[in-house]
Amino acid sequence: MSSSLIIGQYVPGNSVIHRIDPRSKIAIIFFYVVIVFFANSVMSYGVLALFAIGASLISKVPFPYLMKGLKPVWFLVLFTFILHLIVTKQGDVLISILGWEIYREGVVQGAAISLRFFLLILVTSLLTLTTTPIEITDAIEELLGPLKKVRFPVHELALMMSISLRFIPTLMQETEKISKAQASRGVDFRTGAFKDRVRAVIPLLVPLFVSAFKRAEDLAMAMEARGYQGGEGRTKLRELTISRRDIAAYIVFAGIVTALFLTRS
Amino acid sequence: MDITFDQVSYIYQPNSPFEYRALKDLSFSIPSGSFVAVIGHTGSGKSTLIQHLNGLLKPTKGTVTLGEYQLKAKEKNKELRELREKVGVVFQYPEHQLFEETVAKDIAFGPRNFGVNEGEIDRRVNEAIQATHLDEELLERSPFDLSGGQMRRVAISGVLAMNPEVLVLDEPTAGLDPHGQKEIMEMFYDLHQKKKLTTVLVTHSMEDALAYADQVIILNKGEVYMQGSPLELFKKQKALEEVQLDVPEVIEFITKANEKLGADIEYTGQSIADLAKEMADFVRGGRDHE
Amino acid sequence: MDQSQIEFRNVSFRYQEDMPWVLRNVSFTIGADEWVAIIGHNGSGKSTIAKLMNGLLFPQEGKILVDGEEVTQDTLWEIRKRVGMVFQNPDNQFVGTTVRDDVAFGMENHGMPREVMIKRIKESLNAVGMTEFERHEPHRLSGGQKQRVAIASVLAVSPRYIILDEATAMLDPKGRKEILKTIRTVQEERELSLITITHDLQEVTQAERVIVMNGGEVWMESTPRDIFSKKDSLIEIGLDTPFVSKLADHMKDAGLELSREPLNHQELLEELWTSRSIK
Repeated sequence: MSSSLIIGQYVPGNSVIHRIDPRSKIAIIFFYVVIVFFANSVMSYGVLALFAIGASLISKVPFPYLMKGLKPVWFLVLFTFILHLIVTKQGDVLISILGWEIYREGVVQGAAISLRFFLLILVTSLLTLTTTPIEITDAIEELLGPLKKVRFPVHELALMMSISLRFIPTLMQETEKISKAQASRGVDFRTGAFKDRVRAVIPLLVPLFVSAFKRAEDLAMAMEARGYQGGEGRTKLRELTISRRDIAAYIVFAGIVTALFLTRS
Repeated sequence: MDITFDQVSYIYQPNSPFEYRALKDLSFSIPSGSFVAVIGHTGSGKSTLIQHLNGLLKPTKGTVTLGEYQLKAKEKNKELRELREKVGVVFQYPEHQLFEETVAKDIAFGPRNFGVNEGEIDRRVNEAIQATHLDEELLERSPFDLSGGQMRRVAISGVLAMNPEVLVLDEPTAGLDPHGQKEIMEMFYDLHQKKKLTTVLVTHSMEDALAYADQVIILNKGEVYMQGSPLELFKKQKALEEVQLDVPEVIEFITKANEKLGADIEYTGQSIADLAKEMADFVRGGRDHE
Repeated sequence: MDQSQIEFRNVSFRYQEDMPWVLRNVSFTIGADEWVAIIGHNGSGKSTIAKLMNGLLFPQEGKILVDGEEVTQDTLWEIRKRVGMVFQNPDNQFVGTTVRDDVAFGMENHGMPREVMIKRIKESLNAVGMTEFERHEPHRLSGGQKQRVAIASVLAVSPRYIILDEATAMLDPKGRKEILKTIRTVQEERELSLITITHDLQEVTQAERVIVMNGGEVWMESTPRDIFSKKDSLIEIGLDTPFVSKLADHMKDAGLELSREPLNHQELLEELWTSRSIK
């Protein structure tokens, strides 16, 4: 049923991680991405992993959801690892198979790079898993705020994002409806040659575009009737507030950064 | 085409947190050539039911039989195409499905998909626009240049051109003005009689059910709540009110009049004029007695 | 002099110069706290009237005055605060990602302080009976519920006039009843004029005054009672009368005298009861 539609990956919850201000989450993740590249010892990687895994546990997001985010990149992680095994030729030879020699450094570097990947993906999917798309939009609007001075259309961008979010379920329902109507007129979306299946998409796409344009037109008129005039002079209902939770999060993160630099070799 | 539902259940997203039983052990039958109205609130299972009529959905449990076709759980149907050709569905706001460059091409889309030859297609397109009272001059125009009412007629023509034996109508008059509503319903009724179709009308309008249907099925929470001839069903005002459905206005008024004036006028499908005369006579009669 | 009214003064409008006039020399006034229904068949120009009232369109000839002030590019901003509008399609006017965001949208546009918004969201959702849905997303609401949110969004800006442009046309009977009940209570409780543009005869009988449009002109302006007594002329311009009016007409044909045109079941039954009692 339509009521079960979930936009994005958000998993509803009420953990500390869920309730941290989205701006703080984005800022911390941004810096985390940077410092991941400073780790160079087993201990320093341990510190970073502790942070990411700890945050995941606190968020209470079920394990399968966390893994879902990793699914599309597993291959990339594995590929990088193997590439390093083959390419790097430093240190002792560990094993030699059929003339292929695997060096110690290759294993170490491959493991390090793969671990970086893993951690980066884990923390960024933790952001989308614990933050609603609209919160992310609000945070981006706030964080990009200074760009308004150079006439970057921050408000318009945020409004566009939030309206898209609002209309995704509507357009999904519409797609389903039109595809059923066309299937009833003998269109087969599932079987047949590739060429036929591509052709079958036209009766679906054209009505969908027509309706999206009609909706956009109506919506623009409704927004105008309700006094929309662009971002200037507008107030906002949604308000982001920095609380003690955020300060605690920053302190923990600062601790991690310190520990990282202490454990670097 | 005879249609039979035998103990049909349908579950959306089974074995998930969103599991939802839309139809529960639904059983009824629609004899070939009858005009059936299906009535029920949003969420009563109407749209799930419709989708079983041409195999867009298959029952989770039970069997749907349409003429010689059978839809059963976990059975693949090879003749689904044939079934869809014989059961034409006019969805709600059907004008949203138009996509071709010209009206003629859009009407021909269905029959062409079903492999009808070109000569026959032309004949059917012309027949369809006659039935829906569309002007021949519109055939070469883009469907998107037409008025809303005309677009709906084009979409309906597209379903008629498939030459279906069963016509399924999902609130075909939604969003039209009263005049347009009446025209469309008269048109479908006319077709139903001339082409001896089996017609299934999903509607909110008790008036339409009363005027056109020879059988009414009332759905509530995925189950058949009541079933019978409209005249018979609409006498049971209390039972209908329990599922928040109204009776047609004419019956509501007669009931009130009988109560207030102590009359015993019965609704047997008489016209407004006849009913008015009956009531006027009763009122005058009362005067004569005293 | 009381200035609170919407006045159309000899208004003519067409979409493009080479197209026919949609409205021709239209004049009427809608007073304070009044409920006026505008009816007419498709293409009679009734929806254009709505768009002219809050400056979504401008006339080529004539003037539109809201509370004595002409609707122009310069006065738009102020006038849109006073003239709220609810459109036909429930989905295509829902801007916010949740109910409360949508109710806030108009207030945000008018730069209202956040505390005022929070208070008014509560009040206006309460007025349309949608309080418990404050955090809901639009795809979890029915058409009728979405339209109630649209009404709440308009109310939150506290306008003097609310235009409902075929706001019930896409709803099922249950949704239609909900909306009618909602606007009736809203109109009783607040100082508001209601302008309903509609096909729904039930809606028309509840208005105080009806403007009938035909071919871009005001064809008639009167009370619903008076209008529905002119059955033959209404049919000529493609309009229908309610069941009760039809029944009453046939009763008159059958020789029964009625003292006035009945508007609802109750009134007709009273008439019949009285005639029966008279000796």
